[in-house]
Amino acid sequence: MAAEIRLQNVRKEFGKVVAVKDMDLTVRETEFLVLLGPSGCGKTTTLRCIAGLERVNGGRIFIGERDVTESSPAQRGIAMVFQSYAVFPHMTVAQNIGFGLRMKHVPKNEIQTAVEEVAKLLQIEELLTRYPAQLSGGQRQRVAVARAIVMRPDVLLMDEPLSNLDALLRLQMRAELKRLHQEIGTTTVYVTHDQIEALSLGDRIAVMHGGEIVQLDSPNQVYDRPATKFVGGFIGTPPMNFLTATVSDEGDGDVILVIGEFKIAVPEDWKKPLGRLVGQVVDLGIRAENIEVHLEPEDGSLPAKVLVSEHLGSQQLLTVQVGKDILKVAANPDLPIKPGQTISLTILKNKIRIFDEKTGKSLLFND
Amino acid sequence: MTNTRINRLLGTDTLLPYWLLVPSLVYLLIFFLLPLVNSIGLAFRGDDGAFTVRYFLQMVHDVQFASALKYTFFLVAIIVPLQLVTALFIALLVNTGFKGSRFFLYICTIPLGISDLAAGLIWLSIFAQHGYLNSALYGLGIIDKPIYFISYQNISFVFWAIVIAEHWRATAIVLVNLVAGLQMISKDYLEAAEVLGARPLQKLRYVILPLLKPAIQSALIIRTILALQMFAVAVAIGGNLVPVLAGQSYFWYSLYRSYHMAAAYAVLLMVLSIIITWFYMWFFRPKAEMVGK
Amino acid sequence: MSFRRLQRQTLIYMAAIVVASWVLLPIVLIALASFTPQQEIYQWPKSIIPSHFSLETMKFFLNSYGVLPSLLNSVLVALMTLGITLIVAAPAGYAVARFTFRGRNVYRMGILMTRMFPTALLAIPLAVTFIKWGLYDTLIGVAFLHVAMAMPFAVLIITGIFVSVPKDLEEAAMTLGCSRVGAFTRVALPLALPGLAAAAMFTFVISWNEVFAATILTVQHRTLPAQIMSTLQASPLYFRFAGGFFMVLPTLIFMFLIRRYLFQMWGGATAER
Repeated sequence: MAAEIRLQNVRKEFGKVVAVKDMDLTVRETEFLVLLGPSGCGKTTTLRCIAGLERVNGGRIFIGERDVTESSPAQRGIAMVFQSYAVFPHMTVAQNIGFGLRMKHVPKNEIQTAVEEVAKLLQIEELLTRYPAQLSGGQRQRVAVARAIVMRPDVLLMDEPLSNLDALLRLQMRAELKRLHQEIGTTTVYVTHDQIEALSLGDRIAVMHGGEIVQLDSPNQVYDRPATKFVGGFIGTPPMNFLTATVSDEGDGDVILVIGEFKIAVPEDWKKPLGRLVGQVVDLGIRAENIEVHLEPEDGSLPAKVLVSEHLGSQQLLTVQVGKDILKVAANPDLPIKPGQTISLTILKNKIRIFDEKTGKSLLFND
Repeated sequence: MTNTRINRLLGTDTLLPYWLLVPSLVYLLIFFLLPLVNSIGLAFRGDDGAFTVRYFLQMVHDVQFASALKYTFFLVAIIVPLQLVTALFIALLVNTGFKGSRFFLYICTIPLGISDLAAGLIWLSIFAQHGYLNSALYGLGIIDKPIYFISYQNISFVFWAIVIAEHWRATAIVLVNLVAGLQMISKDYLEAAEVLGARPLQKLRYVILPLLKPAIQSALIIRTILALQMFAVAVAIGGNLVPVLAGQSYFWYSLYRSYHMAAAYAVLLMVLSIIITWFYMWFFRPKAEMVGK
Repeated sequence: MSFRRLQRQTLIYMAAIVVASWVLLPIVLIALASFTPQQEIYQWPKSIIPSHFSLETMKFFLNSYGVLPSLLNSVLVALMTLGITLIVAAPAGYAVARFTFRGRNVYRMGILMTRMFPTALLAIPLAVTFIKWGLYDTLIGVAFLHVAMAMPFAVLIITGIFVSVPKDLEEAAMTLGCSRVGAFTRVALPLALPGLAAAAMFTFVISWNEVFAATILTVQHRTLPAQIMSTLQASPLYFRFAGGFFMVLPTLIFMFLIRRYLFQMWGGATAER
């Protein structure tokens, strides 16, 4: 009931636009893989190629041992949850869930048992005789999921299933989907543009940009060690800060980063590899929560002018100006900070990420 | 200054729309409601002004009434379902979105702009003794003398000629309704059905047709009511060989000069139209739960 | 798989060609008939394509008594219908498109339902009424009835047109100093013009084609369909053929011009994949 998915050199074009660029991807059995990216990056197209709703222009697709590149969606052993749910309005919930089994000519009593089982799993047993028009958005979403799961597919595909729900419901359904996956364990490919969803649900995240996978890693890795500036800027709320810095040698093998007049220290084991890049201009990436805020200047700290202060309850989100750069800094909500004030920032050196200024690729963390 | 005066006259946003509707409402009052009432008056009241049913009795006993009723009924009963099936076929064809489907759709809707009289004349040019059907049959070597298709000896042929002509002319009306209805069926439903294993015929039966019901209903209502009023096509092709109710109304007015009789036929047509509409609305009524009540 | 797709595509195109020919052939035939010399029409055996294309049938038709005036009358009636319909329907369409008010749906439904009543029901009493009002056998009288027939469609189309012009644009104009009328004339109207043109052409076609009422309401001042209808039994075959052709010609042109709006009217443009 869970199969491995392999995309080999898959290419999909729409006229002159290349939506998926020669992609190689392996989704392991029972894995929950999230395709994450901004709109237009090709994630939905990739999903639809796996589903067989789009014919690929190049490459091959394997589900389990089978080459399904030429197969129709019904023959691939997949089930799909659409963004709009696509719950048939003219059928009851029970008829909706049982539809796929009916198409397979499964005997009626078996269909009924299966439908009731799945309905219980998704806590919609009481809604079986209702019509979609009588259900809330969240309930309809569960019907869509139930309809897919009841087919016992080898692969479950989900196209932004939570994006039409309000914030609170989204939170609840996220946990639901995670629980479901833990119970049933079907290989799942999940498309979203919401990076929080991705971080929460995925075993691995494939960050996509311009039709290509830019990074394929666990949520922790994607968050903590982004492979490119794009990933760093896309993941995390607020996105990663970037400062322009120059690699400089202070003599004695002491390599530091220089921003304007200020010197930023780096961890000991970086000094040697960084030594190769002395003189180069790089982008220094640091997340808002990895910058310490001091009211008074300290050794090795940067002065920053506070432009905006947002009180978000659990933290104070400051927009500050350092030299020419604008940063977002997360500070303790109890610190008395006002716009116009000058504060001091210490960048946690272990959390510094360095990116090539031109290509945006991460330097130093290529493993 | 004039602006504020106009604004005051037209009132606030709450009153403005009603003012804007006034011209159309007044117009319809004079040129629709009034004639409607007058028609019923003409049909039910003699020249002396007293209420009477004698025109209806005369109508029912008229020598042509039975045939007119019979032919109108059969024409409608045959043409409408035929058109529904044809239009559905064409609509599904268009919906596949093949290259040139837009142009193809335009071609199929050309008959919308053709008057029923013109349509009748067009098919007359085919079916007449000196028409193209005869020429074609001769060219194929099937006959060497022209067949008198349209004659009182061949009334059933004339009947079918009218069916064909009306079908050709008016399928477009059903077609536009169905095409619009098909557009409104979200592609997602069809893809979901496909992923769940439905093949084309199953998709048609379980997804497309049920979701097309509203469009089919409105198409049937419009088409049936218009079919009841058919007259120019029948007259153009067959003169009075195949009498129809609307034609009788026309003839009573123009030939026999009786407004009352003409009105009686018109009222009969109206009653039939209303009955049919009620029937369709009842037949296609959606279950209350399906629309969220 | 690819072969099956090819099969499917071929079947689709073949079906489309068959249907398209079925629609176009009769029109081609009536055109041919109009270009056939009078003698040949009665010939036997008669070939489908005339020996030479001649204008004499059409000339005969146009020169026949009452035809040219009736052509002119048709044009006049259609223009009058067009004008009056736009004046009456445009504000109604705008109101339904822009405002939500009590009775909106009743109005929309009601106005469409007026088309459900047989033309005879309206034309016959109007004949009587017009005699009283002195409008019998006048072009404007026919136009009045045509307006009543065309109005529901016109309102439907015009509503759709104004719905597609975003309300925001007019509101922006009003915040910039325009009055409501000004916003309408400077912003909404220009954007709606193409659609209004389509509604106008649609109305023209409806009036041009209308047979029953025109025949009943006129005696001397007949429109083209009325003229042909009233002389139908007595006229020679080629007369009828040419008449049919002339009725069809302008609508063919108009239908081509307004094809985009036909589907806006019933909702949504078709998409080619």
